[in-house]
Amino acid sequence: MEALLALIIGTLTACGVYLILRARTFPVVLGLTFLSYAVNLFLFAMGRLVVGRPPLIDPSAAAYTDPLPQALVLTAIVIGFAMTAFVIMLALKARAELGNDHVDGMHEP
Amino acid sequence: MRQRVDAVTASQLVIAPVLLPLLAGIALLLGRSLDLRWRRAFALTCALGQIVLALVLTRAVADGSVLVYALGNWPAPFGIVLVADRLAAWLLVTTSVLAWFALAYACLGSDRDGRHFHVLFQLQIFGLSGAFLTGDLFNLFVFFEVLLLASYGLLLHGGGRRRTRAGLHYVVINLVGSTLFLFAAGTFYGILGTLNLADLAEKAAAVSPQDLPLVRTAGLLLFAVFALKAALVPLYLWLPAAYANTSAPAAALFAIMTKVGAYSILRVSTLIFGADAGPVANLIADWLLPVALLTLAVGLIGAAGSARLRLQIAYLVVASIGTLLTAIGLGTVSGIGAGLYYLPHSTFAAAALFLLAELIAGQRGALADRLAPGPVMGRHWVLGVLFFLSAILIVGLPPLSGFIGKFLILRAALDHPAAVWVLGIVLGGGLLALLTLARSGSLLFYQIAEADAGTAVPPPTWRALAPVAGLLTLGAAMTFWAGPLSDYTAATAEQLLQPDGYVRAVLGEG
Repeated sequence: MEALLALIIGTLTACGVYLILRARTFPVVLGLTFLSYAVNLFLFAMGRLVVGRPPLIDPSAAAYTDPLPQALVLTAIVIGFAMTAFVIMLALKARAELGNDHVDGMHEP
Repeated sequence: MRQRVDAVTASQLVIAPVLLPLLAGIALLLGRSLDLRWRRAFALTCALGQIVLALVLTRAVADGSVLVYALGNWPAPFGIVLVADRLAAWLLVTTSVLAWFALAYACLGSDRDGRHFHVLFQLQIFGLSGAFLTGDLFNLFVFFEVLLLASYGLLLHGGGRRRTRAGLHYVVINLVGSTLFLFAAGTFYGILGTLNLADLAEKAAAVSPQDLPLVRTAGLLLFAVFALKAALVPLYLWLPAAYANTSAPAAALFAIMTKVGAYSILRVSTLIFGADAGPVANLIADWLLPVALLTLAVGLIGAAGSARLRLQIAYLVVASIGTLLTAIGLGTVSGIGAGLYYLPHSTFAAAALFLLAELIAGQRGALADRLAPGPVMGRHWVLGVLFFLSAILIVGLPPLSGFIGKFLILRAALDHPAAVWVLGIVLGGGLLALLTLARSGSLLFYQIAEADAGTAVPPPTWRALAPVAGLLTLGAAMTFWAGPLSDYTAATAEQLLQPDGYVRAVLGEG
């Protein structure tokens, strides 16, 4: 399971980095989204992967999963969501004002 | 009993500079339909209150005590703490004073350009204060996001094509930076099991050899993120366009934004990766000095090559962060102390220049801030004198505070192994900056091209010139009280280089 999760995080990060380096705003926004997915999974995995354990105190529980990364991920998701919404609006504004969706606002050669 | 009450009040004082701008921002959002005059008066009063709070906090920590406020009364390292020491108080004072002047300038009319200017401005102060006070790595990330989100709004304030394009770059690069920050914080948590800065300092010093490479990686990743915020070479490319194209009050306030990066580097490199940190000792310090010197050189070359005044000032901001981190990179009490004296000075000088550049641009019609001969400006002698004084201030010529700052840095560098490099680049850079600003001044004020008649603009009002003059007066005041101020910064540096006090204050005596 660890190997699979590592592979997923790696693939998401690679896709994110590739897309961010594109010249159009839409792929860049998608790339940012991919990167934030990758980092959210990464944070989640930092509490170690545990299956079927409660995060809160429970007298009958034999072991626990770490609740802190879950709280961190929740915060990161909320912030990432707001940022994505903002950057989409900004990309649309740039498209409207600059007349194209190139990240430098240039015209086609 | 009395002492106990005092201790409680003192620790609650720590959260006050975070709460005041937050509540002010919310109140301004709720009262957005009120007349602009009321909102301006309220915002200015709150900004003034922030200065008072920062000064009270400075008095409380000036004796070297570290005040800790545990949110929800959960003890560290389980709960989140706000920590005020000399460094945090020093930066709070700088920020609040700068913010008041930028706000006073904005209240002359440029706050009309966007509906939520005052809300965003207060939230920006909220994010800045929180970033300086927090004692938790993840909370630092959250406050970074708060101040960045507010800064996105302020950067785009007023609109315009150039602003949108520069804004897009700024937002995307900062989002990538935030992602890297999370990766670094996640790695720290995964290996060391904590995010509290004081606890991280203890755990990182005792890390097992097999985990050492991961901790080093996370540490350097964190340094990269802070270097991005501080605009160090090679991560400075976002700054010139963003700062040169935004509105003057926003640019003036942003003069402190790069200092947040510098603050974080200083905090982390002394607290977690200090000289006594065992296996991770001096992790960041080894990189800091060469990168800072390179930043200084690149910033000044950029300033010399700029065709527009605002772009030139933006490059001077890059150069000033280079100078600041050079001083911090020396790693000694005298070096860090000199850097901390230089920090408010360079912030005020850059802010004054940004405000002045807009006033100058407003007088030159279509030429705006392009460095080319133009028409005679209204009240040109006042603008000229202010430009001359700001240039002296930022270049570091006597008698203003820039000279004292640079002198302290150079004196601290004398015993350093790399003294030749530091002295050579700082002094050579000073000469280059002097030539650059002398050329700009003579192009703007001495060489007059035929003005196209009929486009008479009113001269800048005295009220618009007052904030610039006020910021310059601060520079003069820093010269006048250089003795006590540099004593305070030296004491701050001493406190930083002995992180035990900070760690014990946060984690308790055990």
